[in-house]
Amino acid sequence: MLNSLKLNCQIFDLGRVDFSYACDFQKEIFYKVKNHLIDSALILSEFDPVITLGRLSKEEEIKVPAQELQKRKIKIIPTDRAGKTTYHGPGQLVVYFIFDLNFFQKDLYNFLRWLEKLGISFLGKFGILATFKAGFRGVWVEDKKIISIGIAVKSWITYHGMSINVKEEVLDNFSLIYPCGMDIEMTSIESILKKDIPFFKAKEVFLSCFKEEVGDD
Amino acid sequence: MIKVILPELGEGIEKATVSYWYYQEGQRVNKDEDLVELVTDKATFNLPSPCTGILSQIIYKEGETVNVGEVLALIEEEE
Repeated sequence: MLNSLKLNCQIFDLGRVDFSYACDFQKEIFYKVKNHLIDSALILSEFDPVITLGRLSKEEEIKVPAQELQKRKIKIIPTDRAGKTTYHGPGQLVVYFIFDLNFFQKDLYNFLRWLEKLGISFLGKFGILATFKAGFRGVWVEDKKIISIGIAVKSWITYHGMSINVKEEVLDNFSLIYPCGMDIEMTSIESILKKDIPFFKAKEVFLSCFKEEVGDD
Repeated sequence: MIKVILPELGEGIEKATVSYWYYQEGQRVNKDEDLVELVTDKATFNLPSPCTGILSQIIYKEGETVNVGEVLALIEEEE
C-alpha cells in the first residue's frame, strides 16, 4: 500500500539542537501541514543530551538521582508523545514525521508498521539485518533495540517519530534509564558494524531510503 | 445529545486509555477542537469534538481504558 505512496514532502535538517527548539519547530510545521500549506514534512535532528518522558512514563524508569543527571548536564523533559522514557543525545539521528494520515487510510497501526519497515530498510543499506519484535514496537537487531518509535496524532496528522542510534557513544547514557520502561539493551549502527560511521553519511542514507519509500524521485 | 465515540484507529488497535480531557463537564466545546487525548502503546491520539456544544457527561475518566466503538462522552449540541 505505502510503497506506491507519492508524497510531496518537505525535508528540514536542523543539525544539532536543543530538544525544546526541535519541538517548537515541529509545532510550527505541524500547523503548516494542518492548514494544507504543505503536504507533509520530515524533520531531522540530533539533540543535546536529554531524557524525554512519554505519556506512559513512570518515575522509576530513571535509575539515577536528579543530581547525577545535572552533573552530566542531562535535562528531563515531559512530552506529549506516546510510549515511556527514552534518552536522546549526540550520535542519535532523530526523525520527526509530520504526516497527514489521510494518506495512510487513517490507520495508525499501518503507519507505525510503515515506520518500522522504513527503519529496517534503512539499516539494510548498511548490511544490518534488523527485524520487528512481536509484542513490541521499534526496530531490533536480535534482542537489542536500535530504533525507538513514538508518535502523537492530532487531527489525523502525526508528529514525533523515530530515533536511530548511529554512533556508539550514544549508548552510554541509556544505562541511566529503563528505555521504554524495559530492562533491555540498546545497540547502535557503529556497535554492530564495529567501524566509524560518519553522522552525515547516516543522514544521507536515511534520506535516500525515505525517498525510495515515498516515491519521491 | 451527540455521542463522542472512539473511532477505528487502525487494524490491531482495539482499545486506548484516556490520558487527558481538555474540557470538564459543563464547559463549552467547539467543533473540531481537541476534546480528549488517548494513548495506545506507541501513539497518542487527540480526538476532536464532533460538534459545538456543552460537554454534558464524561463517561470514561482519565486513566480508564475504552474500546473502539464505545461512547466516551456526551455533548449537548448547540443549534
